[in-house]
Amino acid sequence: MDLENQRRVKEITDEYGADNVVVVIGGGEAEAAGLAAETVTAGDPTYAGPLAGVSLGLRVYHAVEPQFKDEVDSDIYEEQIGMMEMVLDVDAIQEEMRSIREQYSNYND
Amino acid sequence: MFPSLRAASYILVHAPDMVIQNGTTQVVERIVNPESEYLKALPNHLRSYEEVVAYAPNQVYIGNLKPQALRELEEPWSNQPVASASPDGPMGHIFEERLLIGLIKVCDAFDLVILEENFVGEIQPELDKLQLPEKFKTLKPGAQLSRIMTEIDERHAEPLQAGGKVVGCVKRAHDIDPNLDSHVIMENLVVKATGVLAGLELLKKSDIDPLSIPYVIECSEEAAGDMNQRGGGNFAKAIAEIMGADNATGSDTRGFCAAPMHAIVKAAALVQAGVYDKVLVLAGGATAKLGMNGKDHVKKDLPVFEDVLGGFAVLITQNDGVHPILRTDLVGSHTVGTGSSPQAVMTSLISGPVDKAGMKISDVDVYSVEMQNPDITKPAGAGDVPNANYKMIAALAVMRKEIERSQINEFVEKHGLPGWAPTQGHIPSGVPYVGHALQSFLNGEIERAMIVGKGSLFLARMTNLFDGVSLIMEKNPGVAEEAGVSKDEIRKMLSEALRDFAASLGE
Repeated sequence: MDLENQRRVKEITDEYGADNVVVVIGGGEAEAAGLAAETVTAGDPTYAGPLAGVSLGLRVYHAVEPQFKDEVDSDIYEEQIGMMEMVLDVDAIQEEMRSIREQYSNYND
Repeated sequence: MFPSLRAASYILVHAPDMVIQNGTTQVVERIVNPESEYLKALPNHLRSYEEVVAYAPNQVYIGNLKPQALRELEEPWSNQPVASASPDGPMGHIFEERLLIGLIKVCDAFDLVILEENFVGEIQPELDKLQLPEKFKTLKPGAQLSRIMTEIDERHAEPLQAGGKVVGCVKRAHDIDPNLDSHVIMENLVVKATGVLAGLELLKKSDIDPLSIPYVIECSEEAAGDMNQRGGGNFAKAIAEIMGADNATGSDTRGFCAAPMHAIVKAAALVQAGVYDKVLVLAGGATAKLGMNGKDHVKKDLPVFEDVLGGFAVLITQNDGVHPILRTDLVGSHTVGTGSSPQAVMTSLISGPVDKAGMKISDVDVYSVEMQNPDITKPAGAGDVPNANYKMIAALAVMRKEIERSQINEFVEKHGLPGWAPTQGHIPSGVPYVGHALQSFLNGEIERAMIVGKGSLFLARMTNLFDGVSLIMEKNPGVAEEAGVSKDEIRKMLSEALRDFAASLGE
């Protein structure tokens, strides 16, 4: 996750509290999505950005996970993400996200 | 009439010393973590010139292999050197870093570059092989190494290295202005020099007289200017000068990775409107992106694949009845209102031109998208970028009910290509296929191709908008445009007719 986005996630969490923040990831690859998820939970694995050594433990989901999909208008989802859902390896992304959440997220909802 | 795509050239420069010295990833690492394991390991992961030449994606880039040939090779392609590889190909050439350093001095109009005296003697015969104009052919005598080291150690000069040894330096052009410091001047001189290489390669391979070119558009991603006009320009004219295009003027077009397609559309429009009979679109390479994903490549014990600077040049001319035409009526544009979701982007860029033509998505034989080499992007967690693009185009065809969902892979195989371009920002986006397309049109292998350029504007922090432009190329139907004479004749006929009509009114 680029340094500027790490800074924004940190600032938003400081301002609103971790309980009130959900991070939605849109990365197209399971590995890249997992790294972003790890960054906002365990901390920056590359030790380069503002989240290096900072474990926010936030709620984090990918846009192709049901936790996000079920919360939004299905027509808009189809219009904005339906095509990508066809293209991406949804199973691999879901598995990677679940694994990161289980290891590092402070929330089990 | 629609303009013709007359010629295309592609150059690479193997630049291992610049990977270490000038690539942003390495520059940042030296600042934040100078003792890092990565910096220590990096030199062991750099490839030789011979390995870079034998690397199949590079052979595709300069036209010695067709893109489809990569499908026959198991990935990673670094394990599959091409036995018959050559640094010279029908569309371009792979140069060595030493030659580039010599050419950087040729491109230095302000005496900011100092080369070591022995290096000047060594590199002059190599420079003689380039078709430089007479006045730029001969390097000035070089300086002693001690003077160069003083500039580097005491006056903030950027070292120029070949084979790990200092052979020169680039001085800063201003004491305070960060836009003219030695790092930026170096970056910009490399853009200029690699742009010159691409331009000269086009002239040579396609037998074009530089004096016949009236306009040049440069479309890389760097900014030339000073603190009062940071992106003032003008790389195009600076490059045209060294190419010997004395009758040309020009300007720069910027748009991140989408810039080459913006430039090609503009060039086509200028030619079709009759403003210029030819426009040369070109771009040099980016030192900043050398070794950009180096950490991932080193971590996975792979070669640092981002060890080449890329450049290209494309010549657009009046319709000559032979070379493929650019359908300026079938342009796709990502507009401000389009939205940034991949779905919205692809709809605007792919469905846009297809719908205008009243065609189906599968009526385009080949799509050229973001053609990044997956050897580079996969280990960095970015996946196979062209493949993902082709799947998106196929998915769009599914949503339009033109193909079944089960046919996505078949569509990708038929209308897509494996990626071969170095991740040099503007270089991979659509334009690497233009030269191969040109040949395929001339050989009668394809009837229609779409070239798609996409760009991430958010990196400049000025807007969150995405960007993209696309254009359909078609086989030339075979009717050449007659030069200005016919237009004059038409005007003469019209004026005679009007005169006769006026006379008849008076009778």
